[in-house]
Amino acid sequence: MSTVQTGALPESFDPTDLEPPSKPRKAKKSASGDAASALNSRWASFVAVLIAVLWTTPTLGLLVTSFRSQRDINKSGWWTAFSDPGGFTLENYRQALAPGSSASLSQYFVNTIVITVPAVMLPLFLASLAAYAFAWMPFPGRNALFVAVFALQIVPLQIALIPLLDIYSNKLGFGASYWSVWLSHTIFALPLATFLIHNFMRELPAELMEAARVDGAGHVTIFFKILLPLLTPALAAFGIFQFLWVWNDLLVSLVFLGGSPDVAPITVRVAELSGSRGSAWYLLSAGAFISMIVPVAVFLALQRFFVRGLLAGGLKG
Amino acid sequence: MAASLLSIAPSGIPEPLLRAQSTTGKFLLMFFAVAVFAIVFGLVLLLASRFKGRNGEKAQGALFAAPAVLLLAVGLMYPAILTVIQSLRGKKGDGSFSLSNYAAMFTQPELLIVLRNTALWVILVPFLATGIGLLYAILIDRARGEAFAKALIFLPMAISMVGASIIWKFVYQYKQTERPQIGLLNQILKWFGLETQNFLLDAPLNTLMLIVVMVWIQAGFAMTILSAAIKAIPDDIIEAAHLDGVYGVKMFRFITLPSIRAALVVVLTTIGIGTLKVFDIVRTMTAGQFKTSVVANEFYNQSFRYDAAGLGAALAVLLFVLVIPIVAYNIVQMRKEA
Repeated sequence: MSTVQTGALPESFDPTDLEPPSKPRKAKKSASGDAASALNSRWASFVAVLIAVLWTTPTLGLLVTSFRSQRDINKSGWWTAFSDPGGFTLENYRQALAPGSSASLSQYFVNTIVITVPAVMLPLFLASLAAYAFAWMPFPGRNALFVAVFALQIVPLQIALIPLLDIYSNKLGFGASYWSVWLSHTIFALPLATFLIHNFMRELPAELMEAARVDGAGHVTIFFKILLPLLTPALAAFGIFQFLWVWNDLLVSLVFLGGSPDVAPITVRVAELSGSRGSAWYLLSAGAFISMIVPVAVFLALQRFFVRGLLAGGLKG
Repeated sequence: MAASLLSIAPSGIPEPLLRAQSTTGKFLLMFFAVAVFAIVFGLVLLLASRFKGRNGEKAQGALFAAPAVLLLAVGLMYPAILTVIQSLRGKKGDGSFSLSNYAAMFTQPELLIVLRNTALWVILVPFLATGIGLLYAILIDRARGEAFAKALIFLPMAISMVGASIIWKFVYQYKQTERPQIGLLNQILKWFGLETQNFLLDAPLNTLMLIVVMVWIQAGFAMTILSAAIKAIPDDIIEAAHLDGVYGVKMFRFITLPSIRAALVVVLTTIGIGTLKVFDIVRTMTAGQFKTSVVANEFYNQSFRYDAAGLGAALAVLLFVLVIPIVAYNIVQMRKEA
């Protein structure tokens, strides 16, 4: 800190860097850039690289491990594997995905997909319908109901789990079936989804709706023909957030489905393996990455929506 | 309790509509469900379009909101009320009304440890994750390859907490000092000539080791939001400060920090609420053994493993009660900003 270079750009600053492209960069000064230079630019780069290494090494370690043979994994650390590149193998993934074997994760993977698709679509539909009513259709008790839905965001889902399980099992007869998790994920998503989509709808100009009404369009037509297309960004942001939430969920599935291969998702199975076969790293490492591949791919492909969804969905749960 | 409930299915619903063994069957079930939901959805709309005139308008609005409102009433409000009642009816949740579960939470030594651990989590995780996220956001701001640098830290947000727990369990893996190590952290200890440690066994160190995992996950969230807030500071404010000779640490203290205050509050409270409900990490890494349990994990154990539904319900209510001050703080701070 003694060598404060006031006003100097951080060492890593590169004026030819084109990102973000929308703003001219030459004259723009950054508040944080100054703080970084105050930290002394060399140290700043060092600390940034250190954090980046600390944050990626654990994942890298397990990734390397997932490509090593069962014997090697227990005999030596993954950091020694690079001295023998011929030793890498796909055997762990083959075993983890082989249909029929007791260690197979493939049917759990299928369960995760089957759980996730309706559990993302249903709340999106129901919430946009309700949001439209709350935003643009006057009906008695509307404001009170909307405040109630809004307030339900802070209720932790734990508080509903046991009575819900009782309702599913003893009143509806679902037992350990997909229907329990589809409905539960929908219920737990509704307060946030309704609130977000409502906010987005309120931003739309009222003239849009009024003009359509004058032309004789009913609410159903307006909803499908005018609103849904305009809502795509909001739906995408929430959809991705909900997708990740459901795909990565452990608690809801554990409570309503248990560990049965007929219905349980891959998170439940991998968590179970970690408890019962905690030293079977060949299986755990491959299993962990099989469960991560889809959300990571979605993250890389849709980063912008993804971030927006996360920003929006902070309070969920 | 869970096992007994899951095994009963006293309904007229035919088995093929509930469960499927084959992959094809499962996907058929999925399409069937989507179709059922679509039909219900269509019926509501059809019904709505039948209403005409002034009162019809109101009926349509009520109908549009009805499915979501009904689901929330039956699936969230009603169960929450049942849980509150159950928490007042003794350890198993079926006795006479008393406050015994709440008394137990604050007197039983094991449950006091749970509360202490939860307090540790809720204090440490938000501040550590936010601190690291802010530091990193500042360090890489406008640096070469910023998007890539951000993605590295942000990626843990995308994976499940179960996956994150397994990644870190492997880092903490223990072998005796003389044997070759497979866990990176113990290998590092060994390189420094120290004895290897069983990180997940020894309290209170093990709780801190679990907290590291949550910080690892949440730092990316903090970094993303704070980075956006930093970039949103108007240029003229920065230039005016420069004209006044404000640079470096002073710049951070008097310009950057006040400008991103609102974002900081959002990040801290959001991570705080998420941490309060942390379950997956504790469950996957230690299952709450070795004095590492937290409220959300203890709720699960008491309800589903120790047959103490009443105590479990009380813990769920406690979670709800603990969320309220965090949300209230958030709202008060936001009001101040506005």
